[in-house]
This record gives sequence, structure tokens and C-alpha cells, in this order.
Amino acid sequence: MWDYSEKVMEHYRNPKNVGEIENPSVVGEAGSLVCGDMLKLYLKINDNNVIEDAKFQTFGCGSAVASSSILTEMIIGKTIDEVKKITNKDIVDELGGLPPQKMHCSVMGQEALEDALKKLAPDGNDANAQNNTHDKIICKCFNVSENLLRKEIRENNLKTIDDVTNYVKAGGACGHCKNAIEGILNEELASKKELEEEISKLNPTQKILKINNVIETSIVPLLQKDGGDIEFIDYDNENNIVTVKLKGRCSACKNALLTLKNLVETTLKEHVDKNIQVKQG
Amino acid sequence: MEKIIYLDNNATTKVDEKVVEKMLPYFCKEYGNPSSTYTFGGNVQYKIIEARETLRDFIGASRVNEIIFTSCGTESANTAIKGVLTANKTKKHIITTKVEHACVLTLYKNLETQFGYKVDYLDVNSDGSLDLTPLENMVNDQTALVSCMAANNETGVIFPYEKLAEIVKTKNPNTKVFVDAVQAAGKIKLDVKNTQVDLMGISGHKIHAPKGIGALYIKSGTLLSPLLIGGHQEAGKRAGTENVPYIIGLAEACKLASDNLGDEATRVKQLRDTLEAGILKNVYNARLNTNVSNRVPNTTNIGFEYVEGELILLHLSDLGICASSGSACTSGSLDASHVLKAMGVPFTCLHGSIRFSLSRFTTNEEIDYTLKMLPQVINKLNNISPFQKELNDLKKLKA
Repeated sequence: MWDYSEKVMEHYRNPKNVGEIENPSVVGEAGSLVCGDMLKLYLKINDNNVIEDAKFQTFGCGSAVASSSILTEMIIGKTIDEVKKITNKDIVDELGGLPPQKMHCSVMGQEALEDALKKLAPDGNDANAQNNTHDKIICKCFNVSENLLRKEIRENNLKTIDDVTNYVKAGGACGHCKNAIEGILNEELASKKELEEEISKLNPTQKILKINNVIETSIVPLLQKDGGDIEFIDYDNENNIVTVKLKGRCSACKNALLTLKNLVETTLKEHVDKNIQVKQG
Repeated sequence: MEKIIYLDNNATTKVDEKVVEKMLPYFCKEYGNPSSTYTFGGNVQYKIIEARETLRDFIGASRVNEIIFTSCGTESANTAIKGVLTANKTKKHIITTKVEHACVLTLYKNLETQFGYKVDYLDVNSDGSLDLTPLENMVNDQTALVSCMAANNETGVIFPYEKLAEIVKTKNPNTKVFVDAVQAAGKIKLDVKNTQVDLMGISGHKIHAPKGIGALYIKSGTLLSPLLIGGHQEAGKRAGTENVPYIIGLAEACKLASDNLGDEATRVKQLRDTLEAGILKNVYNARLNTNVSNRVPNTTNIGFEYVEGELILLHLSDLGICASSGSACTSGSLDASHVLKAMGVPFTCLHGSIRFSLSRFTTNEEIDYTLKMLPQVINKLNNISPFQKELNDLKKLKA
């Protein structure tokens, strides 16, 4: 018996937005009948690039239906630019978690959405579309490509072959590709370790420069879009704490603390040091 | 959940209350160790001998000392397989079927990859029946062991193990034959003495005894190295203090199962057939995944095309109906059932196959309720499927 959250159960029992949209703007697809799960995502998009309606049809288990159902709820009323940022993690969070072996259901949701967006902008702006020409199928049973494998390994911090199988199903059937997966996994882990080692070698001054650089290039532009701003105040090397000051619209915002925690800290953790902490000056 | 309709008796069964009653005295009153010298323990020894006699009759063995008690079906299989291979180390060839239970298949995979054994696998036909044609040519002078099930757990199809043993022994009399009778016990009569089978395993919890007890038939004169080494119990073939209450319970369960074989072959079979026919009639995307006539009376396996099995089970579970699925998603593995794949079940219903397995406790009302609710569940789930066109075509075809 799977340990499904209340939310997952609610959504497979009474899924929302089931069915087809007549004359959809686009239909995104992921999975296949042979693989054991498949999702068709129908989108109706208006002239302002807002998703007016979304419906789905899913062949799959309880968590696949729940992932599809909640995804439609997450994207209705949002703009194309907004839904581009949705990852499988967001789907999982919205569902209140999924069992590890069921993570691939949330990935299927993300894939169908990506497929729809790719079909909307077929000119090759999408990074995946560009890479597809050099992409290689690693897992033939579930039709999983090398690019997708690398992307999921990085985004979800996957460490073992079992993790990979849980997220993208690769290696879950005949198992012939397990060696290939291991090779890719080792490469990704090695490059991640290299990056971490590089950062650990930085002296405090270099680290401050790096922090400042990440804030300037990755965070400031996002905040400025909403009329806000941020300033790097100090770095406490001993306790690994970065102090920043929110400015502009952000400084009066009740969500400021949340912004700090969520955005600044995650970005710095990802690019500089996974143990770094952020506080407001 | 208020009402449970339990149609998963091939997974495990309800312990019969009569079995529990027989077991109870052996926990707090007759708790002596059967190996002890004093009467208090020695009396228990007599009860175990009686239990062994019951098992002898149940399996159809010739002698009481051909029966040993184990902890479960898996232990019986491991004892039999590893036991005869270890006792005959020079022979490295094994033959089995593609559709054995995991407790046997995983062990063979392990013997192949870790211990240099060569394993050949017999195929099944599309109705789940065993194809014995290549067997004679497979057996050679290096063949240490051939094993097969008496009945398959997923389809209920009965395998011709008597015939299999005959072919094997004619070709190589030294090859041992092990039969996994876990799913056949209590459903059809076993009569091992009139076959050339050397070893046969059964499990208690599939026949209304508790979990944690099993038995193994070892034909007199069969060389076997024990899996558990220690004391002299079970004639040196399985060390460890006897699990007295459970052995008593297993014997009672075997008695009751023997008494109920008639009910199983008539009433239970009729209920199963009613359920099966009703589903096939009322659900247009249902398809029978098993042989119609040659199977145990309690099992059916039905595929629902373009719908996924776990989803069906979850919705049935909300109605209190318990069944199981050969779907990948239920087990946590991503691959669909090895049994249904070996049968070549079409991929349109490979992931949507449900096994219903009844028992002597199944009632008419339960089958009626299931027949009423199941078509509604499948209808609801058909509406979620991305294969609307295919489903519509099937609907027209059926009409």
C-alpha cells in the first residue's frame, strides 16, 4: 500500500479538469501505453498568453492521475511565462509529497507541459529542442534520453540508480541500461563535486565576490522586475551567514522574509555553498 | 472502512477461527519444548507427530518422515532448491519456467549470476498453460534440478507437474524435481506419492493458517543439505525449535482444506465463474487473461484495456473490495507482471490486469456487490483515459 497524501487521494478520487478541450491551442503529451503511463494535456491559451482552460486525460496509477489533475489547477489562469517555471518539484509540493517510487508521475506532468510549450514555440528557442538533435536514448524500455536524465539528475539532486529509476523510470524494466545510467550519474556527480571543491577552496574575499556576483546577476534582475531591489551588506565567514537589505517595493512587502528565504537563500545555496544562510539587515 | 470484500486469497487468507482455537492451548498451557525429556514437553512431541501425519495425508506422501515444517513457502522453496544443489555440487544445470513465483525466480537469478549455474526457462502459452515440448531436449546429464509450480499464482492455471517429472526422470533419473504447490494446496487434491516428484513446498497462510508456517515434502532417500544448521529437529533437515502452535494450526488448516475441496470445486468455482462471466459481459473493455478450464477453482485474471491497474485497485479499495494487479505500479517495480508478459498479454491491458481470488469464505452477496460496482468504477476510469477513440472502437465491437 502506498503512503499517499490526502491531497493525492482527493485528486485521484475526484480528478479535476478531466477530458478534452475542443479546438485546443495545443496538446502536450508524455509517456506511452507500453510504458504503463501516459498523459495528454489540452491547453486553451488566449491572446494575452494566459492559459484560459486546461484539461487532461491520463492512463496511469493514482499518483499519475493526481499529478495531472493538480497540474491543470496550477496552470489555469497563469501566463505562458509563469508556467514555464513549473517543475516536477512544484507538482510534488502541491500534492503534499509523493512516495519516492512515484516521483516519475510528477515528471510526466512536467514533461507534458514542456511538450505543449515546445509545440507552441517550435522555432527552437527551447534549450531542450536545440539539444534534441544530439540526444541519445539511454533507456529503451521507457524511451528516456540522455538530456532528460542529466536534467533530472541535476534538478532533483539524484544520487543513485534507484533515485533515477524512481524519477524517470529509466532502468526500471529490463535493466540493460543501468551501466549507462551509472556512467552518466558518475559524470554528473563528479562535475558537481568539482564545483563544490572549487567553492570550498575560495578564501573569504573570493567567496564575498562570488556571493555579490550571484546576487547581482541572478537575484537583482528578478526583484527589479517587481519594482524591488536588494543590496549585499555583509558576509560572516565564521557562521556562513550573508546579510542583505531589501529595498524599493520589497522593503515594505510583507512577503519580504519569504522572498529572502526562498529566493536569495536557494539561489546562493545552489551556486555558492549549500550550507549558507541569509538574514535581513 | 466498514465492509471488506476480500477477493485476494492468492495473496493471503483469513485464518480460520477453528485453526486459531486449536492453536491457543499451545501458547500458555502446553508450552513445553518437544525435545525435552519430561512428559510435559514429550506430550507436545506426540501432537507434532499427529500434525505431520495430517500433512502426509494432505500432500499425499507415503511416509510421515517425508514432511518437514518450515516458516513459509519461500523457506520451503529455498530449502528444496539450495538443499539438493548443495548436496550435488558438480551438476550446474537447472530448468524452470518463466512464470515461477519471485521466491524461486530470484533465487535462480542469484544462482546464475553468483554461483555459475546455467538456468533454462520453459515458456507458457498465451492462455498461461505450460509448454513442455522443449523439456526433453533441455534435460541432460548435467541437469541437477527441474522445478515448476503446481498452479500459477496470477492466472490460477494448473501445470502438468506429474508429466514434467515423468519426462525429466525418463531422460535423467538422477535429476531432482521440485514442485512449488503453494497456490495449488487447498484448491486441488495433491497426491505426490503417485508422481515422480522429489520435493514439494506449501505455505500455511494461503490455506487459512497463519503467516509464518509452511511445509516441505522430501521424498525418502533424497539427499539434501539443510538451510538452517543447528539442532536435530526435523530429522536434521531444518534446525530450530519447532513452532508448535503454528504447526498445530497448519495441520488443522490442512484438515479443513481437505474437507472443503468439494466446496472449492463446486460452490467457490461457481462464484468465480459468475464473477468472471458478469465482468466480461458488462465491461466492454474487459478481456480474460487465463485458460478457461484448466485452473484452480478460485482464481480469475481479467485485463481492462486502456486503464491502469493500480488506479482500478485504489477505486475498488474505496468500496471495500480487495483484489490485486499485475500492474507495474502496484508493486513499486516499474515493469509489468513477468507472468502476463510471458503469456504475451497485449500491452493494451498488460498494465490494467486484475486478479480476483476467492476462498471458501466468499459469499454470493460479495460477488453480487462486486459485479454491481466494478462496471461503474471501470466506466469512470475509462473517461479519464487518453485512448477515447480506441475505447469507442472496442465498445462498438462488443455491441
